[in-house]
Amino acid sequence: MRTLRFLLQKEFRQIFRDPSIIRIIFVMPVIQLMILPWAADYEIKDIRLAIVDHDHSSYSRQMVSKITSSGYFLLQDYSSSYENALKQVEQDEADLVLEIPAGFEKKLVKEDESELFMAINAINGVKANLGGAYLRSIIQDYNREVRLKWIQFPRFNPEPNIEIASSNWFNPMMNYKIFMVPGILVILLTMVGTNLAALNIVKEKEIGTIEQINVTPVRKYHFILGKLIPFWVLGLLILSIGLTIARLAYGIVPVGSLLVIYLFAALYLLAVLGLGLLVSTFTNNQQQAMLISFFLMMVFILLGGLYTSIESMPVWAQWITRVNPVAYFIEVMRMVVLKGSGLRDIAPHMGIMAGFAIILNGWAVYNYRKRA
Amino acid sequence: MKQFTSFVKKEFYHILRDRRTMFILLGMPIVQIIIFGFALTNEVRNSRIAILDNSKDIATSAIINEIDASRYFDIQKNLYSYKDIEAAFREGNIRMAIVFPQNFGQDLEHFNKAQVQLIADASDPNVANTLSNYASAIIKDYQDRILEGKKLPYTINTEMRMLYNPQLKGAYSMVPGVMAMVLMLVCTMMTAITIVKEKETGTMEIMLVSPIQPLKIIVAKAVPYLALSMVNIASILLLSVFVLDVPINGSLALLVFESVLFTITCLALGLLISSAAGSQQTAMFISLIGMFLPTVMLSGFMFPIENMPLPLRVVSHAVPARWFYSIVRSVMIKGVGLEGVWKETLILAGMMMFLLFLSIRKFKIRLA
Repeated sequence: MRTLRFLLQKEFRQIFRDPSIIRIIFVMPVIQLMILPWAADYEIKDIRLAIVDHDHSSYSRQMVSKITSSGYFLLQDYSSSYENALKQVEQDEADLVLEIPAGFEKKLVKEDESELFMAINAINGVKANLGGAYLRSIIQDYNREVRLKWIQFPRFNPEPNIEIASSNWFNPMMNYKIFMVPGILVILLTMVGTNLAALNIVKEKEIGTIEQINVTPVRKYHFILGKLIPFWVLGLLILSIGLTIARLAYGIVPVGSLLVIYLFAALYLLAVLGLGLLVSTFTNNQQQAMLISFFLMMVFILLGGLYTSIESMPVWAQWITRVNPVAYFIEVMRMVVLKGSGLRDIAPHMGIMAGFAIILNGWAVYNYRKRA
Repeated sequence: MKQFTSFVKKEFYHILRDRRTMFILLGMPIVQIIIFGFALTNEVRNSRIAILDNSKDIATSAIINEIDASRYFDIQKNLYSYKDIEAAFREGNIRMAIVFPQNFGQDLEHFNKAQVQLIADASDPNVANTLSNYASAIIKDYQDRILEGKKLPYTINTEMRMLYNPQLKGAYSMVPGVMAMVLMLVCTMMTAITIVKEKETGTMEIMLVSPIQPLKIIVAKAVPYLALSMVNIASILLLSVFVLDVPINGSLALLVFESVLFTITCLALGLLISSAAGSQQTAMFISLIGMFLPTVMLSGFMFPIENMPLPLRVVSHAVPARWFYSIVRSVMIKGVGLEGVWKETLILAGMMMFLLFLSIRKFKIRLA
């Protein structure tokens, strides 16, 4: 016990005397939480539209003004040359071309039917799909208006009509930041935890100070615990800073209990630090450790369910997410922060995380050799 | 010249003899391409939903069957009361609940009017939005089917054409992004770290007292990473053409030329970081926070730039990866020639010159 205390003292001094670590601890959360949520907005809005109007009728103008006032589209160009509009797409100045053929109004009134053409830049498939769907639904709305103008509908609906009422729970304003911030906080904890832990032991290897520890009677698990505890404390500190920022800057107050978050985070940090320590027992120098932890981090974060939802992934990738601690924490964060889930709801996650912590740390202790 | 070649050789040995690092540097782009190409889709598929059917008639079961049959939805459970919905959401395993009120089928048949409620878990707004859209479309389809081809007067038909990527594959926008990311990682982070490492272990001192010119030391450091990047670009392009079916529509030579331009910019950046950082850890964190995050966030590859607030949009102009990403996208997928990307190329070249100039001036030939 006394050995551990001295080791802890040493580690804490080492951390607090290194200005760069202090900087990382305080600057990283601020930068990431203040900037990333602003950038990470997938909402599709302001689609740049180029309209090619060959008709120049009052109908085409009405429709265009209806489209531009919808708020989803920015009218980038209004011309009568299709080539010109396509060129704009090619130069990335427009996302969508709507072509109104000559005689649009006349055909609609005389022949009951008229055509419109859309060409969408589909390099970003999701945006193309949604953009097209928005435009189509606005045009359909306009269509309904036209129809109402020409025919008087009877009092009872002539056609079957299913009304769809959709409501959005847990985040009724569809605020993207409420969704991103807890996830980014998880990523932050993971990056800092794994990287610091991975680099720490390796640094001692590289500078040679590990030799000094190897010749002392310090036990393996003492050494690992001595490394683990300070970073664990730091991690919880970062979490607190992050939660404070989330509250002050974004007004995000967890619906569930803070205690549950901390409880899970404590377990999670153990697992993540264990991963870092494991990496550092496998590598010989800092460069290697960095690359390996970076590599793992990348896979874990990308497959963590923050950027894309896990159910949409192919089966093999879903299997990877089962052994991905990041995915569990992101899920728990969302459940607790947004839905107010309690301990009982996240009990399975807790169990799995405890398993991760035990396996990773046990492996790290086993793998750390007190030999040069 | 002989001095220089032997220095380059030394650097190559440095990289080649560190098997683990080599392995990761060469394997990273492959894994990234596979993850991005196959696992990450913004498309929503197999979302778990719950159904609360208070009506249980022919119409509701027909709609439910159709929802279950679509690849977007996976009906996880049937609920029996309104109260169950909240519990199901809280357990975290459903994304949406569809509620049919009592007498849904009767209302539809007799009054031609019925309601259905979609409740989405909006903790992920995008998924919620997409799911509501898909579900509405399925229900509307059903409605049209009842209508059975009765043609309405005054109909506007819209014909849609998807340019460049008719199958709407996600890979089209991610291959250029992965290229930027990997080059940034290999060139900026790795050069910064190797130079700082020489400082840290003291071998830099030995080189600085040797008769070789400092400029040559730098160039010799950069050459192997340039070579490594070229290998990575080749593997990314091969994988994207043969595994992901993303074609190279433009000229390959132009693509390679632009990549070299971007690689040199990254190398210059790495050099600049190395002169600012005192230890490997600092160098890593600067390149991670200062370079890598902006590359991922502000290049337009993960998140659309046009959605960002103005300050971030302004900052994004200073990120080299943004220009590179836009160039690669134009050349590779739209098949544009140099005449279409000369502006971006010029900006990138300007950045490269500026960074090279700055980093060479900042390179310290004296020890602290």
